[in-house]
Amino acid sequence: MPPDRTEESRDRRSGDLESLRAIEAVWRIEAARVIGRLARMTGDVGAAEDMAQDALVAALERWPRSGVPENPGAWLTATAKNRAIDQLRRRRRLESRQKQIAHELETAARGESQEIGLVREEDEIEDDMLRLMCVTCHPVLPTEARVALTLRMLGGLSTREIARAYLVSDATMSQRIVRAKRTLAEAQVGFELPDTEELEARVGSVCEVVYLVFNEGYAASAGEEWMRPELCREALRLGRVLVGLLPHEPELHGLVALMEIQMSRFRARVGPTGEPVLLTDQDRARWDRLLAARGLAALERAQTLARERGEALGPYGLQAAIAACHARAHTTAETDWERIVALYDALAQLRPSPVVELNRAVAVAMAWGPQSGLELVDALAGEPALRDYRLLPSVRGSLLEQLGRWGEACTEFQRAAELTRNTRERRLLLDRARACAWRGGDGDRVRR
Amino acid sequence: MRFMMIMLPNVPGIDEESWTPDPEAVTAMGRYNEELSKAGVLLALDGLQSPTKGARVAFAGGSASVTDGPFAEAKELIGGYWMIEAASKEEAVEWASRCPAGDGDTIEVRQVFEMSDFPPEVQEAGRLSQDPPAQTSAR
Repeated sequence: MPPDRTEESRDRRSGDLESLRAIEAVWRIEAARVIGRLARMTGDVGAAEDMAQDALVAALERWPRSGVPENPGAWLTATAKNRAIDQLRRRRRLESRQKQIAHELETAARGESQEIGLVREEDEIEDDMLRLMCVTCHPVLPTEARVALTLRMLGGLSTREIARAYLVSDATMSQRIVRAKRTLAEAQVGFELPDTEELEARVGSVCEVVYLVFNEGYAASAGEEWMRPELCREALRLGRVLVGLLPHEPELHGLVALMEIQMSRFRARVGPTGEPVLLTDQDRARWDRLLAARGLAALERAQTLARERGEALGPYGLQAAIAACHARAHTTAETDWERIVALYDALAQLRPSPVVELNRAVAVAMAWGPQSGLELVDALAGEPALRDYRLLPSVRGSLLEQLGRWGEACTEFQRAAELTRNTRERRLLLDRARACAWRGGDGDRVRR
Repeated sequence: MRFMMIMLPNVPGIDEESWTPDPEAVTAMGRYNEELSKAGVLLALDGLQSPTKGARVAFAGGSASVTDGPFAEAKELIGGYWMIEAASKEEAVEWASRCPAGDGDTIEVRQVFEMSDFPPEVQEAGRLSQDPPAQTSAR
């Protein structure tokens, strides 16, 4: 079925908002489990997703009148199965793949008919979730398709919600999803766990997708305002699910720690008129202590697990450790900048990158003064990867400002303002440029 | 969105010192808590001890008066709470509905205030001092 039929169905019933929202809530909770179970029966994730969406349509038609059933997950699974069998039977000429799916479904239906309504084995559900993550983050898919499939199948988000978050049309997003499913089918990706070695790489890909989603919400390079916290929330939730599935992986705890701590600052990053507030200027009383505490606890688990394996922290763990230095400090001045420098050193060893070097330079400036930081920043000046990176002139301007080199600072802030796409940030940078020009006795230099 | 699910148990005798929960109910509740946690929605939870061991601090005319438990006049006693993160009130309600609660128990679902829910002057008043000791009551 076309993937946007559910969206239409959701719209048609918009008069009955309350039950619609209740069904969506159930779907959010059950989608991954229902798809996982159907995929286990058919061995085909794309087909399983279509079947599950079909069951959602049925729920949208029926539940507003009948109410949500006692065990909605089992209802959705059974309905999906029955509808799929009916549909496949009705077709006169079956393609061989569909024949096979029909056969497998019927066999599975016979074996399981007694079981519907009972609670499934916890292990099997967990195994399904892990397999599903491995499929949606499969290397045959381009990254944007991995993101879309993960949000749709594991997050239960609608195509429209994902489209809005990534600022593309519904049609584009639904094509992306259809194409991704086709790619999986063509590559004959089944519903199996990869072997141990491959699994490790795949979990790395899952982490990458989860963190991409988180960053998209956090940095908001595009997309509607209301979807931003939603993406962060969903990424964090997926991270927590993942860590529950593979509780002994230090890097997964590191990833969760990183997201929890960053999320704890979410509401302090924006001022009353929507302007961005830098970490060092944030009202720390607005940091979310519950999330920060969860993040610190997750980091501790990451460190313990790594130590037990005789390993050092990985890239996520190190970034979480850096975020934790800020979370622990009551003020900017109280921050353990020397430790942050050491952590960036370790990170630069694992993942050498000019951006990491720039961050390290900021920490060096905080620990040992602006001059030491500036020397490092100047060394990065010719770096091609940073040519249009607004934070390079912004950081350089800030260090020059601290050194009282007003004219140069002004130039850097103006350059940073040219590079940013965020209008509020641009205004902030131009204000700083103007302030520097004033102090340098050249007040007319920066025009409004 | 963050929600608190507050358990108001219908347990006669919960306000007696000797009251202990039923082991079977505890196991079922443990499984439920595990489910919340594995779904990635659980942030925190606690079960509260008998009100017999607690106290109530009431305010009148500018002064506080303390009453030790049990609280004979109280109709509803809080047994515990969950903090969860959900996409909507409906999702929070759905999770609450799945609780293996006892007959007559009630779960109250309440959304947590965000600073952005308040008007600007309240937000300004909510900006606490940078001085750590003055922040001890901040969340």
